[in-house]
Amino acid sequence: MIQTIAFYLFAVMVIASAALTITARNPVHSVLWLILAFFNAAGLMLLVGAEFIAMLLVIVYVGAVAVLFLFVVMMLDIDFAELRAGLSRYLPFGVAIAAALLAEIVIAAGVWEAGPVQLAGRTAVTPSPDQVPNIEALGTLLYTRYLFVFEGAGLVLLVAMIGAIVLTHRARGGVRRQNIMRQSMRRAEDATRMTNPTVGQGVEL
Amino acid sequence: MIGLQHFLVVSAILFVMGVLGIFLNRKNVIIILMAIELILLSVNINLVAFSAYLHDLVGQIFAMFVLTVAAGEAAIGLAILVIYFRGRGTIAVDDINRMKG
Repeated sequence: MIQTIAFYLFAVMVIASAALTITARNPVHSVLWLILAFFNAAGLMLLVGAEFIAMLLVIVYVGAVAVLFLFVVMMLDIDFAELRAGLSRYLPFGVAIAAALLAEIVIAAGVWEAGPVQLAGRTAVTPSPDQVPNIEALGTLLYTRYLFVFEGAGLVLLVAMIGAIVLTHRARGGVRRQNIMRQSMRRAEDATRMTNPTVGQGVEL
Repeated sequence: MIGLQHFLVVSAILFVMGVLGIFLNRKNVIIILMAIELILLSVNINLVAFSAYLHDLVGQIFAMFVLTVAAGEAAIGLAILVIYFRGRGTIAVDDINRMKG
């Protein structure tokens, strides 16, 4: 009973916040609704017992991706009202496309129920959650059979990180930076000069 | 226990919402990226729901990889957006025509 209530709560919240994400006037509000959608999707995943994915969703999406969006939205100085100008013009077309897509999905689901597709044999049967926790089972599978795919995912993240840095980094002119090597190589003999000026002459610097 | 169909319905609605978001906000790249995140989220819900109901962990493993790709996509997309804004002072999709594609 409590599961059903929780499911409907999360489902309604995730759909409502998704709708507000795409219709909000202010992109900052959009990002905040997106964060709410991610939280509720994590709740949905907790309901089916995928604890690790749920936590990953909160950490990666809410903690990193959404905050990145927030940073970019707030950093760029854009007239967002102007960007929303043609909304009413695109609305009928967008709704038509969405309705067509939804109809296709519904028809496909109906066909799937009418004639069940023969599923391939299961390759990674989930152990009982009482004996092996979800995270442990996932880790065992990930570090054995899917090890190379896992490392490939790490490589994707590395390339994304380097790419983002290379794209956004710029060398600015006219900035005086601290050069630690030059500072350490500097010696007293090079920096100071002993002079013995005659009285009334002064020193040429 | 809630039926698999319920999760599939939520996921389908979320997917359609993401597609609708792309069409509604087609001048604003940031919202388009967010709509793509919504689509990927719906795919993740689908994978995890099937994984739970078929008692097969592979679905959750692949949900993790989808998450990885989504994070990389967001990082690169926003980086491109930032350098584009630096150069042109606008991110309106209609104005992005430098490559004459």
